Amino acid sequence: MLANTQGIENVHPPVTQDQKPVLSLQGISKSFPGVKALSEVSLELYPGEVTALVGENGAGKSTIVKVLTGIYQPEEGEIAISGVPVTFPTAQDAGKAGVTAIHQETVLFDELSVAENIFIGHAPKTRFGLIDKKEMRQRARDLLDRIGASIDPSVLLKELGIANKHLVAIARALSIDARIVIMDEPTASLSHKEIEETYELVERLKAEGKAILFISHKFDEIFRIADRYTVFRDGQMVGAGKIRDVSEPDLVRLMVGRSVDQVFPDRKPNRGPEVLRVVGYSHPTEFEDIGFSLRKGEILGFYGLVGAGRSEFMQALFGITRPSKGAIRIDNEIAVIRSPSEAIRHGIVYVPEDRGKQGAIKGLPIFQNVSLPSLKNTSKNGFLRLAEEFRLTRDYTQRLDLRAAALDQDIGELSGGNQQKVIIAKWLATQPRVIILDEPTKGIDIGSKAAVHEFMAELAAQGLAVVMVSSEIPEVLGMSDRVIVMREGRIAAEFEGDDLTPERLVRAAAGISEVAQ
Amino acid sequence: MSSSLADEKAATRQVPDRLRNPLQRFLASWELLLLGVAVAVFVLNSFASPYFLDPWNLSDATFNFTEKALIAFAMALLIISGEIDLSVASIIALASTAMGFAVQLGAETPLLIMIGLGVGLLCGAFNGALVTGLGLPSIVVTIGTMSLFRGISYIVLGDQAYTGYPSDFAFFGQGYVWWVISFEFLLFAVMAILFAILLHKTNFGRAVYVVGNNPVGALISGIRVPRVKFALFLLTGLMSGVAAICLTSRLGATRPSIAFGWELEVVTMVVLGGVNILGGSGTIPGVVIAAFVMGMVTFGFGLLNVPGIVMSIFIGLLLIGVIALPRLAGRLLAARRG
Ligand SMILES: Nc1ncnc2c1ncn2[C@@H]1O[C@H](COP(=O)(O)OP(=O)(O)OP(=O)(O)O)[C@@H](O)[C@H]1O
Ligand SMILES: [Mg+2]
Repeated sequence: MLANTQGIENVHPPVTQDQKPVLSLQGISKSFPGVKALSEVSLELYPGEVTALVGENGAGKSTIVKVLTGIYQPEEGEIAISGVPVTFPTAQDAGKAGVTAIHQETVLFDELSVAENIFIGHAPKTRFGLIDKKEMRQRARDLLDRIGASIDPSVLLKELGIANKHLVAIARALSIDARIVIMDEPTASLSHKEIEETYELVERLKAEGKAILFISHKFDEIFRIADRYTVFRDGQMVGAGKIRDVSEPDLVRLMVGRSVDQVFPDRKPNRGPEVLRVVGYSHPTEFEDIGFSLRKGEILGFYGLVGAGRSEFMQALFGITRPSKGAIRIDNEIAVIRSPSEAIRHGIVYVPEDRGKQGAIKGLPIFQNVSLPSLKNTSKNGFLRLAEEFRLTRDYTQRLDLRAAALDQDIGELSGGNQQKVIIAKWLATQPRVIILDEPTKGIDIGSKAAVHEFMAELAAQGLAVVMVSSEIPEVLGMSDRVIVMREGRIAAEFEGDDLTPERLVRAAAGISEVAQ
Repeated sequence: MSSSLADEKAATRQVPDRLRNPLQRFLASWELLLLGVAVAVFVLNSFASPYFLDPWNLSDATFNFTEKALIAFAMALLIISGEIDLSVASIIALASTAMGFAVQLGAETPLLIMIGLGVGLLCGAFNGALVTGLGLPSIVVTIGTMSLFRGISYIVLGDQAYTGYPSDFAFFGQGYVWWVISFEFLLFAVMAILFAILLHKTNFGRAVYVVGNNPVGALISGIRVPRVKFALFLLTGLMSGVAAICLTSRLGATRPSIAFGWELEVVTMVVLGGVNILGGSGTIPGVVIAAFVMGMVTFGFGLLNVPGIVMSIFIGLLLIGVIALPRLAGRLLAARRG
């Protein structure tokens, strides 16, 4: 519609012109208090094709997914599958109609096994109507194999890291035989190995003739795997078309309403004295002998595959878990951190990877989330001062372009990316000396990502020391002064300056030595 | 087109502090609904009996809830934080027994007060240590201590009763500070204000909500979760001790069956007040109004000569009702939307 029609590609006749959509939405609207999340949007999905849905944080992408899976009921509009109008009063109805989804915020059960999580609600039964455990485990194993995940189906879900939990959610979605597969930011918590496997999976689903809706903030993957695109802005559909008819800058402009400078902030090296030194940090099962030194104003990147132990190490550094060995020095003095509150007192803070469980305090308003670790400063003699809390929240969330109905809105009602912005704001507002960021821009849109990076660079220039765990290679390369690569719980390599290249990072993370090439 | 949109963007992206003003929030609150119920019960009572509106009768009616409400304030905080204490009535029994025992040895009122409060604190500390130290679920721990504490009273007292409390001890449960205002009612009012300030105006109160909504997130945000929970068990024990002093003073005697079944009435009061039984939300004003409602209903039943067993059936139904109500309302709303 609004797509760039001047490309040379346009001389090719559209291959799928005669194809009928398997799913079409017409004039769908959905409101929440203070915000019209969707206003008369339409969307079509075609068999054997991947449609990318793009839009800023809070544009309404996940809301449409929830409408399509019977979680939300639209106020207006029509859903049709193969031309037949349908309604989805419950999630089961959507499943029966052949719609399955990997949601952005996965809803899984920590105390159940992986296999039970995959089959909850539709477990295979024995002749007597009992759950057929053996069959269930076998099928779970097949599904996990299919997505290339090496996870034992009989372990409890809580034993898994966040990326593996996400793979379980993918397996769960695929356990339903569906014609329409929706993926809401499926690669947000994965590293390059799992991401490649996800792409392969998408290709296979495509070949099987499934219609795929793929939501992502990563433009490289959109251009790699999508056939079509649809753009949402502020709850409205503002464009749709074929991927080959559009360029990346056009798509960004359509999505944000302006062009976004996608270069990383220009940082002048400004390293001060050492603030943090870690020596021989070890854990019985997760990591071994981690040591490094961090200086004021430095951004130190941590790269590695899923399961390399990066997040586990960061959690130990922040006092959530205890290391079995090792010591740290802060400003050259031995320090012991036994709990997050002690870490915070030392000026070390942590933006966790697990937004839902560890980051957001759902049920509480945005401003109370932001002020929480800063209450000492906003309060007086132990008494709250709401005006100060609002001021702090305004200061820090505005920089990150938060989209919300109001600052007293429950953080749980925000879109995924906006929740992430609140959590970053929460920790930056403590004015820490060392900040550990675990996948800081996960789920954040392209415009806000630039804002986060700029903010990080600015604070580093003022002397903040940053440890950044990221699975996004451009982010690691673009922001870090130095990168440590971890593999299987150990430091595999360290790169700096001209040595910092994507190939080197990937090789070190996978354990392929340089000389072997 | 796209340039005008870009301009608009810069101008309109200011997130307001609040979506609704305080009046709008009040109009949509559970507290207002409850206030309506309180007024209705009040009017019904005044029709049921011509004596109800007499100031002295009204004053008498407050004794139906003041002691329970003292515990309910602390229990509200505990439930908001995601824990519960079912041993509160048994703490009253144990504290009262300890005071009665001390009276037999000739203890005077100041010492009795210290014993009442001290036993409450010790029981609270015991519950708190089991829950936070061993990581046991509070519902299990306090069902256990519910039997334990009252069991000790039974062993000490058998079918006996302690009496002979000093005459000045009677003030706490029978004294009046001004005209029809009893000491208990004044204590209730002061505690209501103190607890409202603690929960709604202090950092500690904020921590209570955070812990109740997300204990893992609370820990990571630097809140010492076990400490907060331990403090709340202590506070609940202490308030049970206060209630034990008032009740013992009012009755002038200690039997091991004292305050039997009160834990349920206290929890009902808290939940009726709008506190989520699963933790995370609730207010002290809500609990205050709920206390009045329950007190007046009890009094009304008394006026109508309704037997005690009907009263406990009523409390049971009320508890189930207020827990089910939000869920039913949610379903109805969903059905209407769908
Ligand atoms: N349960 C809810 N209550 C109130 N508002 C909601 C609720 N769910 C979503 N919203 C609002 O609807 C809008 C759209 O949210 P949605 O989650 O669909 O965004 P999104 O496009 O998925 O964003 P992101 O890229 O951050 O995931 C947002 O403004 C959000 O705050
Ligand atoms: Mg979303």
